[in-house]
Amino acid sequence: MFLMKINVSHIAKLANLPLSKKEKEKFEKQLEETLSYINQLSKIDTKDVEPTSQVTGLENITREDEIIPPLSQEDVLKNSKSVHDGFFKVRAILEA
Amino acid sequence: MDLNQLTIIQAKEGLKRKKFSALELTKACLKRIKNIDPKINAFVTVIEDIALANAKEADGLPTNGQDLPLLGIPISIKDNFCTQGIRTTASSRVLGDFIPPYDATVVRKLKDAGMVLLGKTNMDAWAHGSSTETSDYGITKNPWNTDFLPGGSSGGAAASVAADETIAGIGSETAGSIRQPAAWCGVVGLKPTYGRVSRYGVVAMASSLDSPGPITKTVEDSALILQVLAGKDYFDATTSAKEAPNYLKNLNKPINGIKIGVSDDYFESVNIEVKEKVMDAIKMLEKLGAKIKNVKLFSPKYAIAVYTILQRSEVSSNLARYDGIRYGNDRSYFGDEAKRRIMLGTYALSAGYYDQYYNKAQKVRTLIVRDFEKAFKDVDVIVAPTSPSTALPVGSSKNNPMFGEITDVLVEPSSIAGLPGINIPCGFSKEGLPVGMQIISPQFREELMLNVAYKYEQRAEWYRIKPKL
Repeated sequence: MFLMKINVSHIAKLANLPLSKKEKEKFEKQLEETLSYINQLSKIDTKDVEPTSQVTGLENITREDEIIPPLSQEDVLKNSKSVHDGFFKVRAILEA
Repeated sequence: MDLNQLTIIQAKEGLKRKKFSALELTKACLKRIKNIDPKINAFVTVIEDIALANAKEADGLPTNGQDLPLLGIPISIKDNFCTQGIRTTASSRVLGDFIPPYDATVVRKLKDAGMVLLGKTNMDAWAHGSSTETSDYGITKNPWNTDFLPGGSSGGAAASVAADETIAGIGSETAGSIRQPAAWCGVVGLKPTYGRVSRYGVVAMASSLDSPGPITKTVEDSALILQVLAGKDYFDATTSAKEAPNYLKNLNKPINGIKIGVSDDYFESVNIEVKEKVMDAIKMLEKLGAKIKNVKLFSPKYAIAVYTILQRSEVSSNLARYDGIRYGNDRSYFGDEAKRRIMLGTYALSAGYYDQYYNKAQKVRTLIVRDFEKAFKDVDVIVAPTSPSTALPVGSSKNNPMFGEITDVLVEPSSIAGLPGINIPCGFSKEGLPVGMQIISPQFREELMLNVAYKYEQRAEWYRIKPKL
């Protein structure tokens, strides 16, 4: 079993997770443990095997193109802590 | 017998004969919750006023001709099902103040069937785990011995049913989250075929696996709830258009000649007492006329690796939506387990690793699906232990990043293949903890496993034994 190295800071950034230095150290060790466990899959021969993503075999499921009453704007905004003029308010992501 | 101890079938009979009212039945459950829940912590939220109002309403409805299958029946629902106007946390503080503006399809169907909702049950946060120890709202304790875990992630649901706080419960399973807590709490837990029951409005865990289902005191109750829940849903494109058969009609059919598959791989590294009880149950099934056949199945240990990759990857994608902007709190509120899973999934899906992990796991998934298809050419159902052990002591899951995967090793392969499975109690350990066995059917053949489960349950009668709390 070979040891996997994970760049925890990079992954935390991709996942948008704020982690403390202590957490990073702890997770690094635990994630590497889990990775070395799942690496045993490489032993299984999957040459010419198609992947399964939909297990009951459904394909191209469409629905009637009909409008059904959606949630009201009021209901949709009810749980938000940052609303402005009937919209969700988010922090700017582009610099002016 | 107290009213809260009744099964759905018994309660329906009592209501019909006017031996008691839905209000009295609901009050008995609420009283039990008040007395017992401080000890076991099965509920995150109890909605006493709404439950009493709904029970009164049920009593007022004319029953002539209109036979709602769950009219006036108190039910608990796992806290990852959206309930309109009622807080839904998935046992995480990220959703600590989230009040859904709509009902999950499962909740709507149960309401249409006349249920009285008692409250929302505790779970591992985001359904990540098999212990209910990762809940942000306290650990749920096993009603048979409060020093032990109820299992999970539907631990609150299973404990609420085992402790007779409710007539029945609703849980959800990705790989084990219904069957394993049902086994550890000594109740019946049914995981339907993937796509048999809608996932709409359920806080998503791993979308290619998630399957909601009933946790009940008896097999017949389980069949009754499945009948209410099964079917195509406009809001979930992965639900099947296949018509659901009548699950109650053939429960008592003789099982003469039914071929039951047993695989040695499912008894490896299983606790000796669990092994004995399940073997005893298989002998009883043989006496009931079933033919026992040995089947060779893919070793369940590979399923752990497949499941871990699929689940962590899908978790990282599903939990990306929790940004604290539209509802809930921000991402700093995630607990350790959710953070670990999001991180591993993000890693597995990140540039350069997709083929090595997710795609590889989906290919091995194909092999597992084929393996079961092959086995089901020789046998009708497969019987195995549900969990390698009975309930483990409180604290067991701490600092073990693979705890859930290991305790769920025997249910992961069938979950990965989208198969239905049912846990039924099959005895007790010397310590007095319940042992569970599972019956697995081919896809969309729930009626088969229900039939076998019912015949065994009626002969063995383990449901008569109740925990002393």
